[in-house]
Amino acid sequence: MILRLAIASLSARALTVGMTVLAIALSVALYLGVEKVRTGAKASFTDTISGTDLIVGARSGSVQLLLYSVFRIGNATNNVTWDSYQEIAGHPAAEWIVPISLGDSHRQFRVMGTTKDFFEHYKYRKGQPLEMSDGVIMDDLFDAVIGADVAKSLGYTVDSPIVVAHGLASFVEHKDQPFRVSGILAKTGTPVDRTVIVSLEAMEAIHVDWKTGARTPGQSTPADVIRKMDLTPKTVTAALVGVDSPLRTFALQRYVNEYPKEPLLAILPGVALQELWGIVGIAETALLAVSAMVVVTALIGMMATIFSSLNERRREMAIFRAMGARPVTILGLLVIEATMIATAGAGLGLGLLYCGLVVAQPIVDSAFGIWLDIDAPTLREAVVILAVVGAGVIVSLVPAIRAYRMSVADGMMVKT
Amino acid sequence: MESSVLELSEVSFHWPGRAKFTLSLREFALERGETVLLLGESGSGKSTLLSLICGTILPNRGTIRIAGKDITRLSGGARDRFRAENIGVIFQQFNLLPFGTVADNILLPLQFAPGRRKRAGNAKAAAAGLCSDLGLPKDVFTAKANTLSVGQQQRVAVARALIGHPHLIIADEPTSALDANSQAAFLDLLFQQTSAHETALLMVSHDPRLAERFDRVVRMEEIAQIERAVA
Repeated sequence: MILRLAIASLSARALTVGMTVLAIALSVALYLGVEKVRTGAKASFTDTISGTDLIVGARSGSVQLLLYSVFRIGNATNNVTWDSYQEIAGHPAAEWIVPISLGDSHRQFRVMGTTKDFFEHYKYRKGQPLEMSDGVIMDDLFDAVIGADVAKSLGYTVDSPIVVAHGLASFVEHKDQPFRVSGILAKTGTPVDRTVIVSLEAMEAIHVDWKTGARTPGQSTPADVIRKMDLTPKTVTAALVGVDSPLRTFALQRYVNEYPKEPLLAILPGVALQELWGIVGIAETALLAVSAMVVVTALIGMMATIFSSLNERRREMAIFRAMGARPVTILGLLVIEATMIATAGAGLGLGLLYCGLVVAQPIVDSAFGIWLDIDAPTLREAVVILAVVGAGVIVSLVPAIRAYRMSVADGMMVKT
Repeated sequence: MESSVLELSEVSFHWPGRAKFTLSLREFALERGETVLLLGESGSGKSTLLSLICGTILPNRGTIRIAGKDITRLSGGARDRFRAENIGVIFQQFNLLPFGTVADNILLPLQFAPGRRKRAGNAKAAAAGLCSDLGLPKDVFTAKANTLSVGQQQRVAVARALIGHPHLIIADEPTSALDANSQAAFLDLLFQQTSAHETALLMVSHDPRLAERFDRVVRMEEIAQIERAVA
């Protein structure tokens, strides 16, 4: 009955109570939303590359190798010779190997030379393969497949011509060997979106007339001549390797790391991604801290609301006291009230979160490539909600103790 | 068996830490079923006396016996419980929790008094019976308290004070918010109920015109001395 009266008392103050509940709900939804985006971003980030067991490149740091081979950030310090590449490919543990050759760019986007196997073996987000949104995988020497962002920001469609620039921020272009867009990849949310993919041979072809980083003056080999040349590369930048059995991953890794003919490095992409996230993830943690403060603000708002209601409710408390309620009952009544407000707020917040997720999931996926899972609240989210309710109870003790003192002092005599 | 429902002796009280206000009272008692009108101007210490009797404040000296029990020896929580069990309280006005139904309000004291709940028997039926005895329409029972007229609210307050038959009813100017006609009707109902159950009634008022209806009239200044030192 006391509980029923507490509910009746709350509903009699529906407007202010509703506002408080809404404030808590919004803050909880914000906090959980940020948490969702954070875990979604982390998952999408660490799922940038999956299905690849090892990444092989010239010896440097593991994060550096990951950055240039997968994220196309920064440059390789050195290359892997074609001979070494072939030897690793021939290792019994290597089930498949995909070469990656980097160094050129088109506008602000990197150009990557690789083989058709790349489209088969490069997987992201729990083993999802690359898909073409338009056109086909490159077939001709001068065909290019472009990522979704490249197509969108440059307005390219299938059959658009592409001139690749030598180097990364360069005005020297490979004008003699223009490419043609043969296909456009669907959005993945990975760096592939921002990559122009050509064949490994094409990478060689555009450098036929180039020696030691500059064009040989006056020399221009016609395209049909180039087509007849042997375009086997001398080096590649890195290679993605799949292992036939996970147990042999480390054997192959050791083989590469101890490769005697040149200094090479093999990394486990998952481990390196985690390492990299440790650096990138700080921003998300800051965001989470800010939204936690919003929750605290909302709870303090609730405390203020209860505080300001105390004076007008002196009468109510006096009636309870006159009927024989102990001051502790008054305290309990206010705490129960706060618990109900906080619980309603947290519950509504959870509801808002899921409504928001349903609306935002496809938008966020296509705009940022972050996949937000919609599933039952995780243990962590349940803990957050319980913490909000718990904090609400603790915070409400401040006005509740004041009410206790007031009801001890006033007794049942309040002159209105 | 004690015949006094209420017995105060050698009571002295002063508010802690305030401008000096001391109330001392040598002797005051109420017999079983007796109705007493306590007359006093505002500031005569009426409210302090009622708080002492109800046990929300403790005297510095003296004993306060209610139904034979010295409440000054009880702990705070036990005094609250004792009040719930033995005393029905009616305020001047705003007696009811506005957001609760009439039934909620009448049954509220039973919530804190298991013994009184037992005495009430079927609490809901008892409350409904009191309502009809007090001339409240039947449909009022489930109505929200704040939808009632002032006169009806005061009658609900009487029903709440009477439920489970406490030994003593304390009424603090319960008629002051009513007009003359309603006052008379209200007192009729109140006396009807107290005499039916031999409940003692201590009613505080500043209005001497009500005097003729009570067994006894006591003036505040006859029983208690107030000392004031203007700080």
